[in-house]
Amino acid sequence: MPEPVMLPADFADAPISIWRRGLNSLVTLAAIGAVVLVLLPLGAVFGYLIYRGIGSINWAFLTQIPKPPGEAGGGMANAIGGSVYILLIASIFGVPLGIGAGIYLSEYGRGTRFGNLIRFTADVLNGVPSIIVGIVAYGLVVLTQGHFSALAGGVALAIMMVPTITRTTEEMLLLVPQAVREAAYGLGVSRWRTTLSITLRTATSGVITGVMLAFARVAGETAPLLFTAFGNQYWNWKMSQPTAALSLQIFTYAISPFDEWHRQAWAGALILIVLIVASVGAVRLVANRGMLKGAN
Amino acid sequence: MANRALGAPRLTGPQPVPDESVAGQSLAQADTLITAGDSRLADRAFSLAMLTCALSVIAIVGLIVYELVTKSSLSWHAFGWKFFFRSEWDPVNDQYGALPFVYGTLVSSALALLIAVPLAVGVAVYITEMSPRWLRGALAFTTELLAAIPSVIYGLWAIFVLVPLLRQYLQPFLARYLGWTGLFEGPPYGIGMLAAGIILAIMVVPIISSITREVMTAVPQQQREAVLALGATRWEMIRTGVLRNARAGIAGGVILGLGRALGETMAVTMVIGNRPEIAKSLFAPGYTMASVIANEFSEATGDVYLSALVEVGLALFIVTIIVNILAQFLVWTVTRGTPARTHA
Repeated sequence: MPEPVMLPADFADAPISIWRRGLNSLVTLAAIGAVVLVLLPLGAVFGYLIYRGIGSINWAFLTQIPKPPGEAGGGMANAIGGSVYILLIASIFGVPLGIGAGIYLSEYGRGTRFGNLIRFTADVLNGVPSIIVGIVAYGLVVLTQGHFSALAGGVALAIMMVPTITRTTEEMLLLVPQAVREAAYGLGVSRWRTTLSITLRTATSGVITGVMLAFARVAGETAPLLFTAFGNQYWNWKMSQPTAALSLQIFTYAISPFDEWHRQAWAGALILIVLIVASVGAVRLVANRGMLKGAN
Repeated sequence: MANRALGAPRLTGPQPVPDESVAGQSLAQADTLITAGDSRLADRAFSLAMLTCALSVIAIVGLIVYELVTKSSLSWHAFGWKFFFRSEWDPVNDQYGALPFVYGTLVSSALALLIAVPLAVGVAVYITEMSPRWLRGALAFTTELLAAIPSVIYGLWAIFVLVPLLRQYLQPFLARYLGWTGLFEGPPYGIGMLAAGIILAIMVVPIISSITREVMTAVPQQQREAVLALGATRWEMIRTGVLRNARAGIAGGVILGLGRALGETMAVTMVIGNRPEIAKSLFAPGYTMASVIANEFSEATGDVYLSALVEVGLALFIVTIIVNILAQFLVWTVTRGTPARTHA
């Protein structure tokens, strides 16, 4: 029979030294302090946005274009419209490209060296500073067209959307059980049809999440638009002309010397953040049901 | 779904995982999916289309490199390596040196990490190890909300809220008690390197803390239990059982935050003061690589001027790429083996 291990009699209630206990409490306090310090600016940013912004949002702000400096009134209607327009152009290019690359990674390139190369490149692209993307869109579109344009802004934002959409699409498609694909093949469904109508459809909510995340990420981007979309004081719906964007307008107004413009910058910022938080919130809502349960 | 259409009650509550799965649909639908005849051609075309999309990712990165390299060649030929060691930035006489921007980028990012790393790790430790379960999700969501705020809004907030606070309270305080270090000298404008560092810190905290949380969650639960069973306090458990195992991943998170701070443009441009000078004091205005591009690119008239700005961009690109690759490698060494997650 093995010898029973003998523990010292006072093992269970051996006192933890005051020093160790004190350090433990100290660290706990420090961690709570860190949380408070991090939440403080978040609260301050949202608080100020609402406090300074809400009073300036009115019908005129949402429906009129800017007045010349010094004149009261006017609004950001063209900037809001311009942002939507540029984001639309970006989505037309970026969403199919991103989803396609994601499909390739999960359905064709799984485990292959080429697949890994693509995945790696997408991650690299994700880390490229947005201002650099602006330079590239300038070189590709603005120099070719000869002037700043909505198209150039859209291309810049599309480049930024692609890696996010690619990686989330891939991750979501990988969650679809292999048996589902095999069941489709077993019924004689062709591979492309299986991918589109079975695999992609099963992962729809996850893929939409990825698209919305990419959307939220680029919606507030300013740096890549500075010398692509450039901004505009008037309405513009031509792809080939400079176009206003909400984020650009906020930037121009914030660094201007006019109080009236500062007021409008806050109002524009409030509208921008509401749009972004609404889309992130929608993502959480989608993510919390069904398919994505396992992913988050 | 077919039976729902017939008036069957909609199931409430959690659904099985392949929820709306078409696989659950019966043969009635399947026969519309079965392609008559030979699908080889269609399959071929589809896989080619997907391959094109995937290749376009590589093409985009290739284009970025190509654009940056060709458009910066003029400045490269004019100044060579010296470009990064000269502090003269004189568009009138076409003399360009990027040293003040390199300096500004490095100092503002270092300052940001100095402030952000302890805070971010503290937040991650609190959320994963200390907070009550009901608070965990809400805290994680709230800190990640910080990452969703656009840079330009941080800039706006910094100009009108942070900078006046610095000017009135923090800078006089620092000048009085730490002025002897030489780091906190000069007139307290509010705007300057310090403001840029603080706003950058606020922006990188969510990145570092979410990666830290991810790698801490990857540490097996048994390890925590084992250390606690040896009689450790909670902090000793976190230090020896969790942080020590996750340190490579945490370093990865910090470096990822650095990558973000290096390339951050708008908020920094709005508060750093935009003056190409190298000053020891953190109160002094500075300039970063990203903000000089943002400010001067659309007004750059000469070819050499534009080319010099693109060269600054090329340098920034190379540095952020290296930093990001290093970070991903470090995070991967800790989290490999745990399932992929979405960075929501």
